[in-house]
Parts: sequence; C-alpha cells; structure tokens
Amino acid sequence: MRWLLLILTLLAAPLRAEEVVLGLSQDQVSISTNFDGSEIILYGAIKREAPIPQEDPLQVVVTISGPQAPITVRRKDRVLGIWVNTEAMDVSAAPSFYAIATSAPWGEVLNEADDLRHNVSIPRRIRSVGAWSQVANPQNFIDALVRIRMDNGLYVLAESAVDLRESTLFNTAIQMPANLTEGEYATRVFLTRGGKVVSKYETSIEVRKVGLERWLYNLSRQQPLLYGLLSLTIAIAAGWGASAAFRLMRSG
Amino acid sequence: MQIYLPIAEVSVNAFLLLGLGGMVGVLSGMFGVGGGFLMTPLLFFIGIPPAVAVATEANQIVASSFSGVLAHLRRKTVDLKMGTVLLIGGLIGAALGVAVFNYLKSLGQVDLLVKLCYVVFLGVIGSLMFVESLNAIRKTRSGSAPKRKKHNWVHGLPFKMRFRTSGLYISVIPPIIVGILVGILAAIMGVGGGFIMVPAMIYLLGMPTKVVVGTSLFQIIFVTGFTTMLHATTNYTVDIVLAVLLLIGGVVGAQVGTVIGAKLKAEQLRILLALMVLVVCGKLALDLLIQPGELFSIGAAGGH
Repeated sequence: MRWLLLILTLLAAPLRAEEVVLGLSQDQVSISTNFDGSEIILYGAIKREAPIPQEDPLQVVVTISGPQAPITVRRKDRVLGIWVNTEAMDVSAAPSFYAIATSAPWGEVLNEADDLRHNVSIPRRIRSVGAWSQVANPQNFIDALVRIRMDNGLYVLAESAVDLRESTLFNTAIQMPANLTEGEYATRVFLTRGGKVVSKYETSIEVRKVGLERWLYNLSRQQPLLYGLLSLTIAIAAGWGASAAFRLMRSG
Repeated sequence: MQIYLPIAEVSVNAFLLLGLGGMVGVLSGMFGVGGGFLMTPLLFFIGIPPAVAVATEANQIVASSFSGVLAHLRRKTVDLKMGTVLLIGGLIGAALGVAVFNYLKSLGQVDLLVKLCYVVFLGVIGSLMFVESLNAIRKTRSGSAPKRKKHNWVHGLPFKMRFRTSGLYISVIPPIIVGILVGILAAIMGVGGGFIMVPAMIYLLGMPTKVVVGTSLFQIIFVTGFTTMLHATTNYTVDIVLAVLLLIGGVVGAQVGTVIGAKLKAEQLRILLALMVLVVCGKLALDLLIQPGELFSIGAAGGH
C-alpha cells in the first residue's frame, strides 16, 4: 500500500510542477427568503518550485457544477392541428447548473482528448446512456437541453472571463442565478498548456436553503400531512380574517 | 423585492405576486367567481412550474371561498344539504382528478391536458354566458320578463330528496354527477370550479340564484381543501409562501372588487366576465395552435 502510494506520488510529480492555490469569496451559498442569485469570486495563484516554463502559454479554466440529476427532454410535434409533446428522451445525468470561465477562447485552452478525460465542456457534462434506443436523433435533444439552459442562465460558457496576470495570479467572478437548487457545487480549476491539462484543483461550494425556506421545505417532504394541514389552516385563517376585517370596516 | 419560493424553487418578485393576487381578487369580488381560472394561467406565465401552480392555487381558493361563505352564512343563503350532496360527488371527483393528473404527469402530457381543459371549458362557458347575457340585455330593453323552465328531464330520476333552502324536491343523482365533474376539474385545473358549478346549479338543477353562489362556495372549500391535501401528500407541490403572497393580494382586491361590482348591472357584469373568459380561452388556444418558438422542453425524469 505504501509502495503504491509512493509510485503514485512519483507519477503525479510532473503534473504538479505548477499547482493552484485557490481562494473563494464564499464557500457556502445560503438560500434565504430574499435570495436573488449570488456572485462567487474566485481568486488564486499558481505555485511553482521551478521558473515559469517557456513553452505554450499557461491558461486557466474554472468550472462550477451543480448537482447532477436525471431529466427528461421532450419534443413537441403537431398532432391533429395542435402542438403536443411526442418524443421524449431520458438524460441519465445533467448538472442543474454549470458555469465555465476560461482565460482565452475555448479552442486555445483545452483539446478534445483532455476535455473527454476531465468532462469539462458543457456537452461532456451531460450523460445520456441509451439515448439512441429512445429517439432517432439524440443530438438534437442534447443541443436543445444546452440551448434552453443557456438561455435561462443555468449553463454558462464565459470565454476569456478569467483574468490571468504574469501566468501566476488569476481571478474571475461567476454569477449564480436566483433559481438555484440545493447541493454540493463541485468547483474545479484546470491549468492547461497547449490544450493539455497540467494541473487540476478541486473543491466544493455548498448551496443550502436556510431558515424559513429550509424549515418549510423539510416539513413538506418529511411531514406532508402536517404541511398540508398548515397550508389549509393559514388559508382558513386568512379567509376568516378578511371577512372579519371587512365587517369591522363596514360597521365602523 | 425578490422572494425565493421554497417548493417551486424559483425566485419571483413579491410585489408582482401581490399585484396579481390583487387584480384577480378585484375580478373575483366583482363577478363572484374564485378567479382560479385566471390565476393559474398567469402563474404559468410568470414561470411557476405548472404542477406547483395548480396545487397552490387550490390552496388559495380555500381562503377566498371561506371568506365568501362566511358572508353568505350570515345572510342564510347557503343550502347546506345540497352542498353536502355536491360535496360527496366532489370528493370522489377530486380523488379521480388527482389520479388522472399523476398518470398524465408520468406520460409528460399533463400540460396539454390542463391547457385543453381550459380551452374547452372556458370556451364553452364563456360563449354560453356571452349569448345568455346579450339576450338578457335585449329582453330588459324590450321589457319582457325572462321565463324559466320549471320541469325538465332531471325531475324524472329516482332517489328523490327534499332540499328546503333551495325549495327543491329532486333526485340526488344530478347533483352528485355535477359534484364529481367539478371535483375532477378542480384537481386537474387548480380551479374551484365555480364558473362551471354556478351555471350547472341554475340551469340543470333549477336552484334559485340567491342560494347558488353561497352553496357553490361552501362545497368548493371542501373540494379544494381535499385537493390541497392530496397534492401536498402525493406530489409535494403546494408552495405555502406563494399561497400566502397570493392570499394577501386576493383578500384586499376582493373587497375593492365587491364595491366596483355593486355599481354595475348584473347583465353588464356577466357580459364583462364572459368576455374576459373568452380572452383567456383565446390566448391559450393560440398557444396550442401556433408553432411554439422552442419545440423542446425539459422535465424532471419519470415525471417526479
């Protein structure tokens, strides 16, 4: 076991010639009642023991990924003159939120092979096993999924949004939208040279409902009967209150 | 001011919801309808997931109907016996409706069903009401009193029962069927069903107009309450924060609406309501007929 570890460390050594030191403006996002989106500022430095290699220029890719969940993409077709959902494709896992920020145009920062290895680009994050058996042209469905989520600000590709100075200091800001779901948001930083990943750093940002939001959500899932009765009680009380107030206003 | 809705998991402007609640409240106070048929499509429009909109709207109708029925109870214009018979049908209908709703949700067709229901019912009710109120206006102009048929096929059915407040002696079958139909609609469309119940009670059951609104409200409280519970326990789609925001606006708006309504004539009110119903219907029908800008949609896997 110890030998294995040593070998692994030796193998990893060339990869770690340049290492990321990362700071986050916040490692926790709290969804409170007045939550209106959040901006995460990522800043960091590249630590190295040797002088800056003079080959290809260093590039930085930052990604934040929401929890993966299975979803269904449906397509409408005209049936008997009206537009109806006809074909459906199950996607086994797609992130609820995915943002990429790079220090240069996409083509210059990462090659196909390393994209495939590390699942960096948006289409690579979407896993659709067995999609070919469900619909004739799954690529259309994947494209539509990416298009719709990009329009909603849930999938973001911000090219040249990472500010990199002297191949050593970098910073970027990633906007999280107001309609976030809860979970661990995996945060990754890749250092690349000539399209190849030379170093990788991973951490996570926790997104949680807090206070009243948390309490109501838990109640609705764990005690649905009580939650339903609470909703009804509030409704009845409001109805009675309105009636009583109206009567007071009329008589007064 | 943005508010994050814990169940719908979207962030919306609180004043927009208060305003919507208020506007629909004004209309419901003017016309004596719950306003669910207007509110639910409006909620779809501002981006609330349809399942949450339908379930939450049912909860909001409980509040507005309860407020209304208290006023009618004081005036003794509620036929409790007829209300109970309609209620039995309504509860059966609501259970059927939620089952149909969940089945279609798993097929991905729930949006279509909800929209089709809206188009068909709003279209039919709106046109009938429009024609009827036009005729009424013409008759009041010409001065002849409207005639009402006292006897029709409804009176030939078995299991007769006496309803004192309504002054009726009829079979319990038609009220139960009306109740079931309205219950199904309440569950699927997220409406109280007042806009179907009221005409059915007047024209089909022959109940006197003055007890119709109160009785319909009495029955709607229980059906929508039951629907709320079913949605809360099977789909977890009742958003209490959304419901409260709509309630506040609705309750205030209803009082303003009642004052406006008192200044208009009954036929004018009905014709305005009919026009409004037809506009909503037309908008939904166009959405179904015109090719949508985006053919694809994203839903939760397996409809859960």
